[in-house]
Amino acid sequence: MTIKSKFLPGILGAACAVALGFAATAAQAQEKIKIGVSIPAATHGWAGGLNWHAGEAEKRLEAAYPNLDIIIVTANGATEQANDLEDLVSVQNIDALVVLPFESDPLTVPVQQVKQAGKFVTVVDRGLSLPGIEDVYVAGNNPELGRVSGEYIKGRLDGKGKIVILRGIPTVIDEERVEGFLAEIEGTDIEVLDMKHANWNRDDGFEVMQDFLSRFPQIDAVWAQDDDIALGVIEAVNQADRADEMFIVGGAGMKDIIKRVMDGDALVPIDVLYPPSMIATAMDITALKFVSNGAVEGRYILGATVVTQENASNFYFPDSPF
Amino acid sequence: MGNSGRSAGRTAAGRFIDFKAMGPFMALVALFVLGALINDAFLSSGNLSNIFTRSAFIGIIAVGATFVITAGGIDLSVGSMAAFISGAMIVVMNTLIATLGAGVETVLLGIAVSVVLGVAAGAINGLVTTRGKIEAFIVTLGTMGIYRSLVTYMADGGTLSLDFAIRDTYRPLYYGDILGIPVPVVVFFAVAVGGYVLLNMTPFGRKCFAIGSNEQVARYSAIHVDRIKTLTYVIQGLCVSIATIIYVPRLGSASSSTGVLWELEAIAAVIIGGTMLKGGYGRIWGTVIGAIMLTTIGNILNLTDVISNYLNGAVQGLIIIVAVLLQRGDWRRKKN
Repeated sequence: MTIKSKFLPGILGAACAVALGFAATAAQAQEKIKIGVSIPAATHGWAGGLNWHAGEAEKRLEAAYPNLDIIIVTANGATEQANDLEDLVSVQNIDALVVLPFESDPLTVPVQQVKQAGKFVTVVDRGLSLPGIEDVYVAGNNPELGRVSGEYIKGRLDGKGKIVILRGIPTVIDEERVEGFLAEIEGTDIEVLDMKHANWNRDDGFEVMQDFLSRFPQIDAVWAQDDDIALGVIEAVNQADRADEMFIVGGAGMKDIIKRVMDGDALVPIDVLYPPSMIATAMDITALKFVSNGAVEGRYILGATVVTQENASNFYFPDSPF
Repeated sequence: MGNSGRSAGRTAAGRFIDFKAMGPFMALVALFVLGALINDAFLSSGNLSNIFTRSAFIGIIAVGATFVITAGGIDLSVGSMAAFISGAMIVVMNTLIATLGAGVETVLLGIAVSVVLGVAAGAINGLVTTRGKIEAFIVTLGTMGIYRSLVTYMADGGTLSLDFAIRDTYRPLYYGDILGIPVPVVVFFAVAVGGYVLLNMTPFGRKCFAIGSNEQVARYSAIHVDRIKTLTYVIQGLCVSIATIIYVPRLGSASSSTGVLWELEAIAAVIIGGTMLKGGYGRIWGTVIGAIMLTTIGNILNLTDVISNYLNGAVQGLIIIVAVLLQRGDWRRKKN
C-alpha cells in the first residue's frame, strides 16, 4: 500500500504529461510540417560546430518557411539516439528525419523503422549498413580529404621528403582518410617516418608531436588530418623552435586554423574542409522536399575543398564555436 | 592490515631493500632502461624534460588524490573539474582583458579564480560526501557529469580559447624554466614536498591514515572524521586548481575533451605508487613515481613503431599491472 501511494502521484503525473503532449502534438501536426534532426551531442569540437550549424539552420529555415517546425535532439551515444528516433516518431509525429548516426551499425535498424513508418529520411555523414533506407544522403568525403592533403604535400615537397602523420581515433573515418592519403603519395620519394594516433585531440596532438620532434631530426611536413590535432602540433613545433623547417596540414575547417590560413601563417599554409555545416546542407535539402517542386532524392557528396589564403574568408565563421 | 608488514620492512631496511617502498622506483628504472634501449632519443635532455613536464598535470592531481584515497575516499570528478576550471579561467581572463589589459594582473586574477573554484569544488565533494552520508563514488560521479556538462555549455559545445593578447604574458608558466628546470616540474616538486610533509609529518596526515584504516575506530578516538575527510577533498580541489593553472598556458584552450580520464590516470598513479585503494596507507613519493611512469609508458610507445598503435592500451595496461604486482607480490617474503 505504501509503495502504491508513493508511486501513484508519479504515474498520474506522467500520464497527464503524456496526454498533454499528445494533445499538443495532435493540434500542431495539422498545420505544420515537422522535421526531426537527430545528431550527436557537442562532446568534441567538430560536434560542437555541428550543433551550432544545426541551430543556425533551424532559425533560418523556420523564419523562411513558417509552415516548418524543426526539432533538434542530441544524443550522447548510439542507444540514446535510437531512443530519440522512437520519440521523434511516436511523440513528435515528425514528417521527416535528418539523422547523423552516432555509429552506422547500431542505428541502421532504428532508422529503417523510421523509414517504414512512412517518414522521409535524410542520412548525414555516416552511411547506414544496409542500402536503400535513406531518401537523401549527405556526406563529406573522407578518402578525398586524405587524397587532397596528400596531393598538396606531394606538390609542396616536390615528391621528396620526410613526413609524420598524426591519426585520429581508430575508426573507419580515420582509415579512409589515411588510405586516401597513402595512395596519393605512393610511388613518390616521400617517406612517412611514423604514424601515431592523436585521437582528434589537442593534448594528444601536442604530446605525440613532441615525441616525433625528439625522435626525428628532420621533418619536412606534418599531416595532422584534423584541426584540433593541428593546434597541438603547432604549439609543440613552436616550443621546439622548429617552425622554419616544416609545414602542417590539418583538416575539418576549424575557425582558428582557417584564421591562420587567412593571415598567411607559413606553418599552416592550407586547410582541407570536412565541414560540420554539412548538417545545414542536409536540413536545407530536406526542407526543400516540402517547400519546393524540385526533386531532391539522391546522394550529395561534398567536396574536400582546399582552403587557401585566397578563399579562406568564405569559410571563416567567427561566431561558430568550432 | 599491511601496516605490520611495512614496519617490519622498515626496521630491517639496513639488511635488505624494502621492496614495497622501492618497487615503484625500480619499475620506473626498468622502464627507463627499456626506453633507452628502444630509442637513443629517449635519454636526450629534451625528451626527459618533456616526460617530467607532462607528468606534472596528472602528478599534481594525484598528490591530492593520495590524500583522498588514504582517508578511504575516492574522487572521480578531478578530470571534469580540471576542464571546468580551465574553461572558467579562460572566460574570466578573456573578459578581464577589456578592463585590466593583457598584463600580469589579469593572469593573477585568473589564477585566483582557479584556486577559489578548486577549493569550492573540493569542499562541495567533501561536504556532500560527509554531511550527506553518500558514498564518495556516487557524489563524485555526479559532480564529474556536472563539471563536464558545464564546460561543454560554457564552450557552446566547441572550444574556449584564451585570447592571444594574454598568451605571451601567461605562456612562461608552462614553457618557462627556473635554473633550467621547466616551471611545471618545479611546481610539481613543490606540491609533492608539501604533500609529503602534510601527509607524513603532521597530525592531519596521521588522522588521514587512521580514518582510512578504520573510520569507526577513528571516530571513537575523538578524531573529527567528517572535517578531516572534507579537508582531503579540499586539498584535492586545490591540487586540481594548481594543475589547471599550469595546464591552461600550454595550449590556451579548454573544451569538453579536456581532462577526459584524468581521474583514472590519477588514481592509477596513486595505486602504482603503493597507496592502498581501500585507504589506510598513502605514499606521496610513490604517487610521484607512478605519475612519471604513466607518462613514460606513453612516451616510449611514441618513440617506437615496433608495437602496433592499436595495442598501445594493452601495453599500458600490462605495465601498470606488472608494476603493482612487483610491489604487492608476497613472493619475496618466502625467502626470508
